Order: sequence, then C-alpha cells, then structure tokens
Amino acid sequence: MDMNKKQKRTLRNILISIFILIVISIVFKLVDDRLTDLPDYAVRIIKTAAYLVPYLIVGLKVLKKAGRNILNGRVFDENFLMTLATIGAFALGEYTEAAAVMIFYQIGELFENIAVNKSRTAITSLVKLRPDYANIEVDGELKKVDPEDVKVDDIIVVLAGEKIPLDGVIVEGESYINTSALTGESVPRRVVCKEEILSGCINEQGILKIKVTKEFGESTVAKILDMVENASTRKSRQESFITRFAKYYTPFVVFAAVVVAFLPPLILSQSFSMWIGRALIFLVISCPCALVISVPLSFFGGIGAASNHGILVKGSNYLEAVAKADTIIFDKTGTLTKGVFEVNEIVTDDGISEDELLSLAAYAERYSNHPIGISIKEEFEKRGGIIDNDKIKNSNEIAGKGIELTLIDGNIVYVGNSKLLSDMGIKTIEKQSNSYGTIVYVADKEKCRGFIVISDTVKEDAKAAIERLKSQGIINTVMLTGDRKKTADAVALELGIDTVYSELLPADKLSKLEGVMKEEKAKDEGAKVIFVGDGINDAPSLIRADVGIAMGALGQDAAIEAADIVLMDDNPKRIATVNTIGRKTLRIVMENIVFALGVKLLAMVLGVLGLAGMWFAVFADVGVSVIAILNSMRMLRFHE
Amino acid sequence: MKKRFDMVDLDCANCAAKMEEAINKIEGVESATVSFMAQKLSIETAEEDFDKIMKQVVKAVKKVDADCEVVL
Repeated sequence: MDMNKKQKRTLRNILISIFILIVISIVFKLVDDRLTDLPDYAVRIIKTAAYLVPYLIVGLKVLKKAGRNILNGRVFDENFLMTLATIGAFALGEYTEAAAVMIFYQIGELFENIAVNKSRTAITSLVKLRPDYANIEVDGELKKVDPEDVKVDDIIVVLAGEKIPLDGVIVEGESYINTSALTGESVPRRVVCKEEILSGCINEQGILKIKVTKEFGESTVAKILDMVENASTRKSRQESFITRFAKYYTPFVVFAAVVVAFLPPLILSQSFSMWIGRALIFLVISCPCALVISVPLSFFGGIGAASNHGILVKGSNYLEAVAKADTIIFDKTGTLTKGVFEVNEIVTDDGISEDELLSLAAYAERYSNHPIGISIKEEFEKRGGIIDNDKIKNSNEIAGKGIELTLIDGNIVYVGNSKLLSDMGIKTIEKQSNSYGTIVYVADKEKCRGFIVISDTVKEDAKAAIERLKSQGIINTVMLTGDRKKTADAVALELGIDTVYSELLPADKLSKLEGVMKEEKAKDEGAKVIFVGDGINDAPSLIRADVGIAMGALGQDAAIEAADIVLMDDNPKRIATVNTIGRKTLRIVMENIVFALGVKLLAMVLGVLGLAGMWFAVFADVGVSVIAILNSMRMLRFHE
Repeated sequence: MKKRFDMVDLDCANCAAKMEEAINKIEGVESATVSFMAQKLSIETAEEDFDKIMKQVVKAVKKVDADCEVVL
C-alpha cells in the first residue's frame, strides 16, 4: 500500500502503541495478585500512568485537536467525542478499553486517509494528461520548455511516444495518435499535415512539428484539468445533507449521552458509573465519520469512474441528476445520427444503370459544397468515378430546386427536388424507395430517369444505447430535429424514440425543450430532464436542461463550457454509461447511509441497554467506517 | 476575482465543510467552496482587499484545523 510520510508515521505509532498495550496488559495480569496489597488509589494511579503511554502515543494528536477546538468554540466533533469517551473510560477504570478505543479510532482514521488519497490519485490520474514539457527547436537542437511559456504560432516538436503538450496544427510529419487519455477509447487515429491536433493525445510514431494555436491556459488539456479539479466543488444533495446532518447530529448525541448518563440513575437510583459507562459507549458508537467521509468519497469515485470512460462530469450534483432523470431529449443530428449525409439508395428507371445515374448527378453537383451535393460526389468517387470536365458544357443552378446540366453532346439533365421536376412538367418514376431521407431526382428532357436517396446515417450504437437507457429507467425519450416529418419519424421508429418534434427551426428547439421540461415538472416536481446535443449551436439548450450532455465535444470549447457532462467521443452508448455510473453511485451512497445509520442506531440502543461493551462500540464506529469506505471505493473499479 | 488554492493536510471532510462555512462568512467573500476530495479552495472575492481577505481566510482555516495549510 502506498503511504505518505505522515501516514507511515501514524502507522508506526499505532504499531508501537499496540505492542506496548499488549505488554502492559500481560504484565498487569502477572502481577495482579501482588497489586491487591496496595491501596486502591495507588493501583489506579499506577494503571492509569501505564496505560496512558500507549494511549498518548496515538491519541495526543486527538486530544490536542479537541482542546484547540474547544478553545475556538467548536465543541462537538469526532476528536471531542473520542476524547470524552476515552477519558471517561479511564475514570471508570476501563484502562485497556480506553487505550484500545483510541488505537482503533486512529486505525480507522489512517484507513480513511489512505482510501481517500487512493481515490484522489485515481481521479487525478487524469492529471497525467498534464504535459510536463514542450520541445522547441533552437539552432537545430531540441530544447525542453514549460508548456506555459510557449506562445501562439511557435513551432513545437513532438517525438514518438510523447504527449502533445499544446493544441495546434501539424505543419510537418504524419503519425498515429492515441486519444485514450481524452476519450477513454484507445483507437489510434491517423493524423496528417495541416490537420488540427489536440493536446493530451499521445504521438505514437514519427515526429510531428506543430504550430501552436492556443496558449496552454486555453488548451484542451488545461480546460479538462480545470473541469475535473472543479468537479468536487459542486456538491450533490446528499453531500450537503450529510454536512448539515453532522452539524445537528453531534450536539444531539452529546445531549442524548448526558441524558443516558444521569437520568436513569436519578430515576432508577442505580449506580452512576454504570450509566456513565453506557453513555460513553453510546458516544463512541455515535461518531458520524462513516457518513461524512463515505458520501463524498462515493461521488468522487463516480466522477473518477466516468472520467476513465472519457466522460467528464462537472459536479456530483449532475451525477445525481443524471441518475434520477426520467426524460431524455436528443438533438438528432450529431447525437443519434452521424450528421454526415450519405447516399443510401439509388433507384433507377429501366435503361439506365445506377452508376450512370450517379455520374449524371455528380457531374451536375461538381461545384456544389452543399452536404447533399458533396455526398453524391463522394459516393461517385467511392465507386471509382472521375468527373470529366470535358464532357460538360455548362451547368446552371436553379435556386432552391436543383441544377440544370448541359452536356457537351447537347443533352440536358435536371438534377434536383420534386419541385424542379414539376416545374419542368416531368413526372417522377413509379418505383418507390424503401429508405427515407432527402430525394434527389435525375431527369432528362423527356422523363425522370431515377432518384437518389440521401440520408443522415444513424449511429451504429444509437439503438442499443436507447434500449439500455430505457431498461435503466428512462421513461420518456424525445427527439428534436429540423428534418422533414417523414424522415424524422422513420429514424425515431428505427431507434425506438417515444416522441418526435420535427421540422424545427434552430430557435424552436429551446422552446420545445422548455415545453417538455414544464410538462414533466408538472407531473413530478423533482423530475429531471437530460438534453443531449452535439455541442454545435445548442449551448442554450445545454444550459437550460437539468443536465446538459454534449457529445463529441473534444476541442469544442463552447460545448465544454455550456454542458454539465461532456462526452469526449461521440458514441451514444456513453450516455447509458454515465447513467449507469450515476445510478451505481447513488445506490452506493444510499447503501452507506442506511447501513451506517442502521448499525449505529442498533448499536446505540444496545449500548444504552448495557448489551454492548466498549469493544462493540469501537467496531460500530471504525468497522462501519471502513466498510462504508470500501463500499465507496467500488466505484473506482467500475469498468465496462 | 476568482481564485483557486491548493490545501495541504486537509484531513477531514467535516473540517472542510466547517472551513467553507467560516470562509463564506468573511466580509468581501462572495462565494467559497472547500473541496475535501480535491484538496482545493475556490474563492470569489471583491477585487480590492484581496490580500486582506486571504489573511482572514488563512486564519479561519487554521481555526478549524491548525495543521492545514492554504498554499497561497
């Protein structure tokens, strides 16, 4: 186990103290008979002095803290509870117990400390992202400099195996880069000259020269680190509950202990020492450490688990909200679909082949930079076609309708939508398409020769992601899109989306989102609504929703800024992953709260009834803490 | 002005909550959070008097846990 200096010192003290305690106990067992000759007070003094040694070795720190807190007017805390209980035990003549309680308390603290540090390291392993240096070429030699000192437009050199320290554009070289530190997925990506490149990735081979486009403070890595470090400052409801709870709880239990110590002896006229003993046991059990530590630890673990999957959660509160959400709204393009148009189907009339039809369309669209035109050209090139400009006489764009292409042999071809055809008085062909999407007709002067169906392709994992979300308790799935109703409905049906709002203008999306939110909140005030967007033009919706999730946000600053949860890659299954992580985290938190409070409550009752001794009390405190912490740490091992 | 500081030897979650409460009560502090897990203090204050406010912050931290340091 990795321990720092302070922890090692504590461990050493604990071991020494245990050893001394055992020795003292044995010695007193052996000499017990002879001690009976001494007067009672002398035995007490000797025993107290002896047991104080192991007690103070571990407990001095605690006593000091308790004393200082009292001086500062902060009476009720763990240190105080432990001090009071152990001093009380000394007074009652339970020397071994007094020392043992302190030792166990310190073991618990040490364990907590190690556990917290461990999860902290696990999360800050993201800090591994932080580049230590950047290489700059000076007089033909590489010089290592602090990334913070590199300015925009400087040229940096990244060798094979090195981290890319700053965002920039490749000016020389090509390579495969590993984005796993950012996205959680280790698929090497090929990068070539002139391509933009993000800091935090690892250059797997070859030498890259990069022109820096952003200063370190503005770079992707710096932004991500900033977010992760800030994450734990946004607290979940459970965390605030526990802090508030602890504030009232400690004074309450101290008061209850006083009642236990004095009321029964006065009423039942039993011995004070018995009831004071019970009150002390009650105090040791009541220590709230298990809760106070394990709740934030669980959330921290959840955020850590998420970041291992390329999911950045900006705060515990969002992890909580995403777990409790019952409605999820997708902005279709870029989240469920690739946002890239592809030729889906080519339907031809008799007498013309698919390739011929496609070539005519590609010729017409040769100068087009509209996504649909581009997709036609791409499909044409993919099938091995080359646009031969010598065959084209000219082409005219008919705004909003299509293109009129005149070939060198005098033939005229119309490529465009149904309006173009009806303008020209041409009937569409009778054959129907099986797929949905945008339809581009190709016709000559006499008749329609066929059409090409172009659609935004659905992501492979989208359907599975939605199914999983539904099985995890998302009741309502909504899709927003600017697409035609027919196209949108087809996509929704394919993916199993419940509600579709189609033909929306960009501005409508926010009002639809607000509409859905209002509806859900009317049904249930605590309802949480997730909005998922691709980060382009949907910042207002990302901000407005209870939880805004931006997908594929790598390198998109506006999206990273606006979203509450950022998915570094654009795989929809990550939405289900973060939902799972949130649910798991909440479950662990609830388990800990119920378990710790349950055991403590039971133990306190047993303590008051005199059925639980000091040893049991120590278990109920330290044991419960340790179990709760171990439970919290399960989150760190989460992997799918 | 928004600033973030590292905290060393912030040992208990409860103390972090107490520090946060105390720091938020200091005059001139607009908002402050003490993150036990990240061992960080994030604080937003009025532009002027920053040094004076930070002195009080350190004092407030020390009052809760004398071993804890704010790295200024």
